[in-house]
Amino acid sequence: MASTAAVVHEPALEHAHADDRPFIRKYIFSTDHKIIGIQFLLMSLFFLLIGGMLAMVIRWQLGFPGRAMPGGGVLPETMAPGGIVLPEFYNSLVTMHGTFMVFFAIMPLLVGVFGNYLIPLKIGAPDMAFPRINMASFWIAVPAGLIMLAGFFVEGGHAAAGWTGYAPLSANPELTGVSLGQQLWCVSLIILGLSSIMGSFNYITTIINMRAPGMIWFRLPLSIWALFITAILVLLAMPILSGALIMLLFDQTLGTHFFLPAQGGQPLLWQHLFWFFGHPEVYILILPAMGMVSDIIANGSRKPIFGYTSMVLAIIAIGALGWGVWGHHMFMSGMNPTLGTGFMISTLLISVPSAIKTFNWMGTMWGGNIRFHVPMLHAVAFVSMFVIGGLSGVFMATTPVDIYIHDTYFIVAHLHYVLFGGSLFAIFAAVTFWYPKMFGRLMNPLWGKVHFWLTFIFFNAVFFPMHGLGAQGHMRRIYDPTEYEFLAPLQGVNRMITISAFLLFTAQIIFLVNFIAGWFKGAKAGPNPWQDNGLEWATPSPPPHGNFPVTPHVYRGPYEFSSPLAVDDDYLPQSRKLETDREPAVLPAGD
Amino acid sequence: MAHAHALTHDDVMRPPAGREPGSGVYNEKLGMWVFLGSEVMFFTSLIGAYIILRFGHPEKWAPPGEVLNVPVTAVNTFLLICSSVTMVKAFASAQDGNQRALRSWLLATVLIGASFVGVQVYEYAELVHKGFVPSEGLYGSTFFTMTGFHGFHVTVGVLCMMFVTWRAFQGKYTATDHRGVEVIGLYWHFVDLVWIILFTIVYLI
Amino acid sequence: MSWLLPPHASSYAADIDWLYYLILIITGIAFLVVQIGLVWFIIKYRARPNGKALYTHGFAKAEWIWTSVTAVVVVVIGLLSAGVWDRIKGRDSIPPGAIPIGIHGKQFEWHISYPGADGQLGTGDDLSIRNQLHLPLNKPVVATLTSEDAIHSFFIPAFRIKQDAVPGMTIRVWFQPTDTGTFELACAELCGLGHYRMRAVVTVHAEAEYQRWLDERGRAAAASPTALLQR
Ligand code: HEM
Ligand SMILES: [Cu+2]
Ligand SMILES: [Cu+2]
Repeated sequence: MASTAAVVHEPALEHAHADDRPFIRKYIFSTDHKIIGIQFLLMSLFFLLIGGMLAMVIRWQLGFPGRAMPGGGVLPETMAPGGIVLPEFYNSLVTMHGTFMVFFAIMPLLVGVFGNYLIPLKIGAPDMAFPRINMASFWIAVPAGLIMLAGFFVEGGHAAAGWTGYAPLSANPELTGVSLGQQLWCVSLIILGLSSIMGSFNYITTIINMRAPGMIWFRLPLSIWALFITAILVLLAMPILSGALIMLLFDQTLGTHFFLPAQGGQPLLWQHLFWFFGHPEVYILILPAMGMVSDIIANGSRKPIFGYTSMVLAIIAIGALGWGVWGHHMFMSGMNPTLGTGFMISTLLISVPSAIKTFNWMGTMWGGNIRFHVPMLHAVAFVSMFVIGGLSGVFMATTPVDIYIHDTYFIVAHLHYVLFGGSLFAIFAAVTFWYPKMFGRLMNPLWGKVHFWLTFIFFNAVFFPMHGLGAQGHMRRIYDPTEYEFLAPLQGVNRMITISAFLLFTAQIIFLVNFIAGWFKGAKAGPNPWQDNGLEWATPSPPPHGNFPVTPHVYRGPYEFSSPLAVDDDYLPQSRKLETDREPAVLPAGD
Repeated sequence: MAHAHALTHDDVMRPPAGREPGSGVYNEKLGMWVFLGSEVMFFTSLIGAYIILRFGHPEKWAPPGEVLNVPVTAVNTFLLICSSVTMVKAFASAQDGNQRALRSWLLATVLIGASFVGVQVYEYAELVHKGFVPSEGLYGSTFFTMTGFHGFHVTVGVLCMMFVTWRAFQGKYTATDHRGVEVIGLYWHFVDLVWIILFTIVYLI
Repeated sequence: MSWLLPPHASSYAADIDWLYYLILIITGIAFLVVQIGLVWFIIKYRARPNGKALYTHGFAKAEWIWTSVTAVVVVVIGLLSAGVWDRIKGRDSIPPGAIPIGIHGKQFEWHISYPGADGQLGTGDDLSIRNQLHLPLNKPVVATLTSEDAIHSFFIPAFRIKQDAVPGMTIRVWFQPTDTGTFELACAELCGLGHYRMRAVVTVHAEAEYQRWLDERGRAAAASPTALLQR
């Protein structure tokens, strides 16, 4: 598969920099964006696993309320005496599942891993603009994660006010019995915010200032466009959360009154701040996924991306409009109903760019010569699943319908279709796609396909029925649905979901094993196993320190698959110079 | 985006190639500008919360000057503005390659910045002594959070400025390359600007 | 268990259900278009030996069509919804003469107060009962929602009504039962340890029967000091 023919056209690749940095500078406190990306990958896969395990406990309790969980006996008395989950522990589980998944798994997987790994490689830069700040951004995220984990072991248990931390439940320890856990939750997220902000201004500077000659804005791969807009969203949204968390932490520790009503504080202020951050945050969790899926679908279809310009404009539009829709999380909160109407309209409009992107992905596949490699399978599944999440968003955006389905399992279904069906499938696509670049070896394609199909099937078995639960009025975040007569008939569905969830979780072991095994045993990948056009494929796998032996020059966009100009191949790398190509003007290095 | 000019779809996907000059601003400066965008949002969250809370319960705020010592803070504000001036002077000296002047102006900025923090600490001590603490209603909550985080930013600025000054004493900044001075200057002016807003809305209104 | 909504029992529930089904049909069509399209493309355009993909960067016309169709459809959904929303939750939506009821959320129970003979709340002759909401049939009711501690959410699935009760705020919401019988009132917002069992029973009576129930409970409350404490 590895096309040696392609390599011949590129500047001499063999002469990589000799790298004689000591081990600790090379792999631990490394300033190399590739190592930092891989460090983020290992960290966030770990938290993905933790988040998944929490979900299993949640599902057990919902499927078999009040029954001892198999193996649950290992949990301490304060959480699950005799393996039976306590309601207070259940609330912590729900809170921490959301927190770990959103902040420590999906967000770092998309932004920390692929932002780091792909940006310099794909724009033809030797590294980030600020490699040391980049390193610091990872090493700040680690203690944030450890603090978040530590919360489970403190007196009073972990935070239990939901991942959205609604005040006053989160602000007043008397309401939950949790004080230290909730404070650690705040502190950890404040630290993580700092890490994200450091990453984001680094990405932005790098993309603006360090593109290789010829890599003009409208030749950037969509993954880079998406990461660029995402970095702007992180930069501007995270500090809002930090500010809100600081106020919350002060309410808990210094006795301030920001969100506590007794002295005139406003619980809804927290919601406004949280969602003013939170909605841009959900786009942070999907835009990079959309970008990388675009790259992979074009590659798999062997076709230029359909409507590149409108794809870019849609990313920008999503990033911009995403600031004006936060109120759709607050339709039932007591916010002025006229504002609700405004937020409904803006939310409905923001589904338009999502639709544009969906149709463009389909347009890319139309007329293609589609190769179903594992990344492509996940990428197509992304489109299919994201559409379901986008369409369920229309129900919830519609205020009258949201009266009924707000805070029910319909929302749970929606957010998992966008975050698991969407973001996580895109992450599987991206990990399998760039794995050979990261480690120089391929993951096993057969097991990759097995993992894909099991995940696809059980994912839908778990989350599709949740729409139905929501339609019956099943509230979210409840410890024991059998308390309600109208929910009792749904218990069979809950059990079926739980069993599917266990199978879904089990299937992930395949991925984990394949991931680890590929590292040692995978087939050697060669520089360009997928026959792709991006600059990262024109350098060895893994790329040397400094990425490119010679700064690449860019002659065209990233999606020139099946171009008539590519005579022997069905792809045309961005850096391959054809006779008709003019040399881009080169700016001297430095400033 | 200097390249957006008249690029139709087809010519960007194929050659001819453009030139890649980036923003025309060096990385550190661009990075600082972008970072300040983040800082703007941080203070927006605090100031936004303040405005919403105050409109919600205007009666929870004492009239200006009743609790807070406005004259002392006015002097302090004046100090901070002076430090922006000395910062400008330092930058101009760096551009001229005047090492002596650069060092003196930087040192002046550090000293004035540090005295600002000193006065703020004194102000806090007085207030706490009077019984005005963060848990003292919405007034205390917002006052200490907003001015406290501003003070924290000044402190960080002073520390960085000390580092820059130390480097200036080593002669690291020349007429052609004085990026550190310019970048810390941007941050310093930003922090100064935030204070002028805070002083107005927290002390004067 | 399905996508169909359970039976409803309030005056505006039908409007909500109608919108829900309308959106279900529209999104159902979009769902089918995309999923069938994807499967079709997967089969039709799978890689063939010596196959060659079509080299195109897209068609502006197709993009204009699907962009504008989507935009028009969502705007129409929005316009249809805005009216219904305004009728249910709008500032001036509360029908004149609606019976006032006080609903106070408190970890983890609902304190429900009924007006005394004067038909007004907060006049000293209110009747307070825990976790039991009694309503007359076909009369508009306006609930005044308050909370003692955390945010709770007043949710009667059969009435298709939900509204948060926020400490420090007084929020009014109306509904009109259209069926007699008992229903469940749930808390829909995580409010702490016992959130999952913050349940109350809603009983809708024919009007005369409701009046009788109210008088009876009022007398009982007047006679019993413990009930008095609950006022
Ligand atoms: C097609 C566009 C979308 C629309 C119209 C939409 C609409 C909505 C609405 C109205 C809600 C609030 C529902 C409620 O609580 O009653 C919501 C919740 C949510 N959405 Fe979306 N959404 C869209 C896309 C996304 C995407 C792309 C993501 C993430 C990647 C996302 C993640 C979430 C999450 C996590 C929640 C639940 C938050 C919570 O815990 O309460 N949504 N969405
Ligand atoms: Cu949202
Ligand atoms: Cu509750």
